[in-house]
Amino acid sequence: MAVVTYLEAIRQALFEEMARDERVFVLGEDVGAYGGAFKVTEGLQEQFGEHRVIDTPIAEAAIVGSAIGAAYMGMRPVAELQFIDFISACFDMLTNFAAKSRYRTGAGVPIVVRGPIGGGVGGGPFHSLNPEAFFLNTPGIKMVEPATPADAKGLLKAAIRDEDPVLFFEHKFLYRRLKEDVPEGDAAIVPIGRAAVRREGSDATIVTFGAMVQTALEAAKQLEHEGVGVEIVDLRTLAPIDRETVLASVAKTSRVLLLHEATLTGGIGGELAAIVAEEGFEYLDAPIARLGSVDAPVPYAPPLEAAFLPSAAKVVERVKALVKY
Amino acid sequence: MYGFVRLTRDVEERLTILFRQSKVIGGLYRSLGQEGESVAAAYALEATDAVLPLIRNLGALITMGVRPRDIFAQYMAKGPSPSRGRDLNIHFTHLPHPGAKEPVLVGPISMLGTSIPVAAGIALAAKMRGERRVSLVFIGDGAMSTGTFHEGMNFAAVQKLPMVVIAEDNKYAYSTPTSKQFAVPSIDQRAASYGVPHEMVDGNDMPAVYAAVKDAVDRARAGRGPALIGVDTMRMSGHAQHDDMRYVPKALLDEWAKKDPVTRFRARLVEQGIATGAALDGIDRRMKRYAADEADLAEQMPMPDPAEVAAGVYHGDHSAPRVEIVRQWRS
Ligand SMILES: Cc1ncc(C[n+]2csc(CCOP(=O)(O)OP(=O)(O)O)c2C)c(N)n1
Repeated sequence: MAVVTYLEAIRQALFEEMARDERVFVLGEDVGAYGGAFKVTEGLQEQFGEHRVIDTPIAEAAIVGSAIGAAYMGMRPVAELQFIDFISACFDMLTNFAAKSRYRTGAGVPIVVRGPIGGGVGGGPFHSLNPEAFFLNTPGIKMVEPATPADAKGLLKAAIRDEDPVLFFEHKFLYRRLKEDVPEGDAAIVPIGRAAVRREGSDATIVTFGAMVQTALEAAKQLEHEGVGVEIVDLRTLAPIDRETVLASVAKTSRVLLLHEATLTGGIGGELAAIVAEEGFEYLDAPIARLGSVDAPVPYAPPLEAAFLPSAAKVVERVKALVKY
Repeated sequence: MYGFVRLTRDVEERLTILFRQSKVIGGLYRSLGQEGESVAAAYALEATDAVLPLIRNLGALITMGVRPRDIFAQYMAKGPSPSRGRDLNIHFTHLPHPGAKEPVLVGPISMLGTSIPVAAGIALAAKMRGERRVSLVFIGDGAMSTGTFHEGMNFAAVQKLPMVVIAEDNKYAYSTPTSKQFAVPSIDQRAASYGVPHEMVDGNDMPAVYAAVKDAVDRARAGRGPALIGVDTMRMSGHAQHDDMRYVPKALLDEWAKKDPVTRFRARLVEQGIATGAALDGIDRRMKRYAADEADLAEQMPMPDPAEVAAGVYHGDHSAPRVEIVRQWRS
């Protein structure tokens, strides 16, 4: 075990999996000698060579499409998108080729497509995306989004070993801000499909994931001073959703706030709300609450971005209203 | 043309200072060493033509008459900036009122290659309506690898649209050398497969770029279809300010330092007796002061009001400021 950042944890997962299984290879823009735009793949090419850490042209459809082809031939490609926003350029490859492959033909597509997501760093409308809702409506694709370094490593290892296409969303706001002890080897693996309870509480549940776990924790600390105990469920896997853990927490607290960084309308919060309403209606003592970003493109100027994103203060306010109801 | 290229460099130098003072929000992507091609290409246009620049084509915008204060305000995300703090750097758009003798400027989105089909659409509208407008669109050696580039290029070729593409071979796309971007010997040859005329010019030789673009623009305006001009140049700074360019051999930088477009053009003007050193010194001083004054103006602008966060997503918000095009454009 060693204390590492969220970013270093991802790098460790890549190192370990490439060393363990020679079918695993990495491809993407500037991932080789440069080590990736955020330095996630630093040192990887030195260790494993140019044939397993491949610098590509700026061609996201070619990156993901060739990953699909290689996966058909038994390889285990990990494709990096420099910013997740560029996933739009490989939409066909992901939603039509990869996602439908097993259902149509029986041929699985064990690829991982990973990249930095999220706002809070002044990236503006084209470098701040949280794209989970685009793919939540696409059966055949799995999605994970770690909130801690240990999960970042463990979920990436699980994603690489998974038989289905996995989108691995890394929040760039967390890259160098979070640090913790991270296990090595198979002990590090975090299974896909299981949420985690990050904090116990009995007055209200916040269901969230990614960088918003930090926002929720901050809010929970403030609420504790005011005598409100918040339970935080970190989804970790966004598709398929771990309904049991969500419902068990709502059964315990009877109040729920669904929190995500993507814009509110059509977001994953709506799906979670439907799950809670359909399967946990009798647990509820207050209407389901949702909090996401303002329905607008992600703005660039810091005062606008701050007004756009969910904040701890907004979470506190919403939870208080829930408890008062 | 000399004033425009000088001003472009001064504005970027000023931006670098603002960046170091943490006043620029986000990244700063300079065009150091390759400013000449943007200026010279835009100089070959008429006032109502369209320009679709990329992040390193600040020179084209300045040449078309965009004031430095708008550029500074964008980089500092100020409230009265052309995008009102919603988008960054040169990502802004100026669509003049019909009939106004002003350029059409369409700011890029970050998704590389996407300007090409849009440039084709602007050219298509010009052709459909019998207007004389040409669209000039810039693309990097890296961005030419995208699917959208090919789709837009091919459509423009088939329809014989008045679109001129400046393809910049500045040797690197972030850290990736052109040799890993495409396998043809030179960037302009990629146009051959669309049946589009193409040529390669020295991008740091401003009169040469001007002449080549002027030819292509005239041809496009006369209804003879698109063209692609490859410019051979070099990005003399990192991809952005955080990038130390460790991947670029020093010899390559030394070689290109000798071909700096600004000093080269200046020497040429003096040699050919077009301007005296003293007159050019005067331009240098004026531009430096102009850039500094404009930066000060932008610094004093307020940040956007957080209450505006959801304004302007749909039709009905008329408060977005327009870019003011300065009239002395090429007078
Ligand atoms: C579709 C897409 N993929 C990746 C990126 C990330 N990116 C931004 S600039 C850049 C390099 C661009 O190189 P080039 O087109 O040659 O222009 P240059 O920076 O050399 O001027 C990359 C990879 C992007 N903006 N869009």
